[in-house]
Amino acid sequence: MIRRLFTPLTLFLMMLFLIGPFLIIVAASFSAGETLAFPPQGFSFRWIIKVFTIESFRQSFGVSMFLAIGGTLAALILGIPASYAMSRYRLPFAETVRFLVSMPIIVPGIIVGLALLRYFVIPVGMSVTLALFVAHTALILPYAVRVVSASLANLRADIEEAAVILGSSRLGAFFRVVLPNIRGGILSAFILGFVTSFNQVPVSLFLSGPGVRTLPIDMLGYMENVFDPSIAALSSLLAFLSIGIVFAAERFLGFSRYV
Amino acid sequence: MSDQTYLSLENLSLAYGKTTAVKDLNLTIRKGELLALLGPSGCGKTTTMRAIAGLMNPVGGKIVLDGRDITHVPANKREIGLVFQSYALFPHLTVFENVAFGLRMKGVQGNELRQKVEAGLKSVGLLSFAERKATDLSGGQQQRVSLARSMVVQPKLLMLDEPLSNLDARLRLDMRSELQRLQKETGMTMIFVTHDQVEALALADKIVVMRNGAIEQIGTPEDIYNRPATDFVADFVGFENIFKLRDGKLIADGKEFALGAECPNAPGLAWRPGMVTLGEGPFSGTVLGVSFAGNIRGYVLDTPLGPIRAEVDAARPAYTLGEQVAFDLPVASAAPLHRVG
Ligand SMILES: Nc1ncnc2c1ncn2[C@@H]1O[C@H](COP(=O)(O)OP(=O)(O)O)[C@@H](O)[C@H]1O
Ligand SMILES: [Mg+2]
Repeated sequence: MIRRLFTPLTLFLMMLFLIGPFLIIVAASFSAGETLAFPPQGFSFRWIIKVFTIESFRQSFGVSMFLAIGGTLAALILGIPASYAMSRYRLPFAETVRFLVSMPIIVPGIIVGLALLRYFVIPVGMSVTLALFVAHTALILPYAVRVVSASLANLRADIEEAAVILGSSRLGAFFRVVLPNIRGGILSAFILGFVTSFNQVPVSLFLSGPGVRTLPIDMLGYMENVFDPSIAALSSLLAFLSIGIVFAAERFLGFSRYV
Repeated sequence: MSDQTYLSLENLSLAYGKTTAVKDLNLTIRKGELLALLGPSGCGKTTTMRAIAGLMNPVGGKIVLDGRDITHVPANKREIGLVFQSYALFPHLTVFENVAFGLRMKGVQGNELRQKVEAGLKSVGLLSFAERKATDLSGGQQQRVSLARSMVVQPKLLMLDEPLSNLDARLRLDMRSELQRLQKETGMTMIFVTHDQVEALALADKIVVMRNGAIEQIGTPEDIYNRPATDFVADFVGFENIFKLRDGKLIADGKEFALGAECPNAPGLAWRPGMVTLGEGPFSGTVLGVSFAGNIRGYVLDTPLGPIRAEVDAARPAYTLGEQVAFDLPVASAAPLHRVG
């Protein structure tokens, strides 16, 4: 009897711990009261509306978007050719490259951030924006290489030869028959990279300067000073944005096949 | 068919890294000829084809097509078609777009493109499938798309890698006559690869038998079938009784055996099972096995010459297992081999 109840109970508790806080945050964002509290006092959209009027959120949202989109594109531009080369040719240092490329996942983000600050921003005068961009690109690169490699592994190499025999150059064959066939993988990598970058805290922690900080860091800062439900409102908005993106990706691309 | 050489391979050598796959291949094909590369798996047929197509650089030798040395011409400039064993259709494109690919590369557009693609699809009976995704078709249909894709660009030479081996028995016969028809209609010079001697004999004007990266024999289907040059070819086309010859005597089991008649001056002789005479002759053996195959009956005899395989008319009374049977290996019908071992 106890054993039969054990599994569903564990499951229930896990769901409660994972989803419960999220539901509380969502509920709190519709509060009509002045402070972040649960149960919420009344119901209103005032905090949701307020989020859009806070200047620093607007700015840091812009920075985060730029990093997420720009960093992911840069990671793909580096990662696609690298994955292609590793999958199609026997390169002498393929294993080393694979290892180096996955370093940013292994090394704690806070160390990456600190290292960039200590050795590039401070002594060389690299701009914080550039440092953030480099850090996010490096962080996304492993995901890009993995996801793109997986879809390349499912693609026969002989279709490129078929394209060449039919008159296409090698490079043309890459664009005409390789890229179109791995576009699902590329889009998946893009979404994964986007979400990873957007939610990134540790790497970005040390890398903030006047007017340049990512949204999660900005939210941390805001919470230290102001304790109103707008932070809950923003969190809910971001969570629904992420869920929406992943849901759409799964619906239209079969996202989970590649990750 | 003209008498002039159209494609020639001169001392062609091919290797994967340090492993030699094909060595010193010499071969000529005339325009309009249908040539079969025949040989067991791993003998270098695909490798040879890939080199002709330009997908692989030779380590030595020369490829000349239509009077032009193409050894160093890149694959996309050779105008040679290749139907891959795996078909290699583009999975993201429709049947129509697959067939249109090569034409688009040549800059063909609009109405002309549509007409040519449709004519190509029609010739392989797949016009109604034009808008389907290529990889949604069955294996046999995919192969015909692949064939149409290669043919619409009118290559100087069309090569097919094992075009029949992935098809089931029925489709194989259909495809065989289809290939023959297309070749007749277009007069295209074709090379096809097969490891099946029946296919090669049925389709080809000329057969090249390969073994371990080298040519064993080149000849017409009649040459190959009736006059195999080596024990390897003889075995491949069904001569199951093959013997070395020394000073006019058969060598078997280290011993010499005199034949009933004067032997030709050759290093070996070979007999098909049907050429062995049973019931009379200077030799005798014990019946080890009997198999009934409709109009004929096959026997395996245990003899001082080693196992002998014979086939006789099934209407004749059957020998039973363990029975002593006299037999002869008639020199007149034997195929003399030019090389043994
Ligand atoms: N990509 C490759 N790398 C190394 N060796 C290969 C490769 N492809 C084929 N070979 C070798 O070359 C020889 C000829 O192969 P192949 O031309 O494919 O034979 P076939 O088509 O007659 O079956 C074989 O011994 C095979 O093992
Ligand atoms: Mg092969």
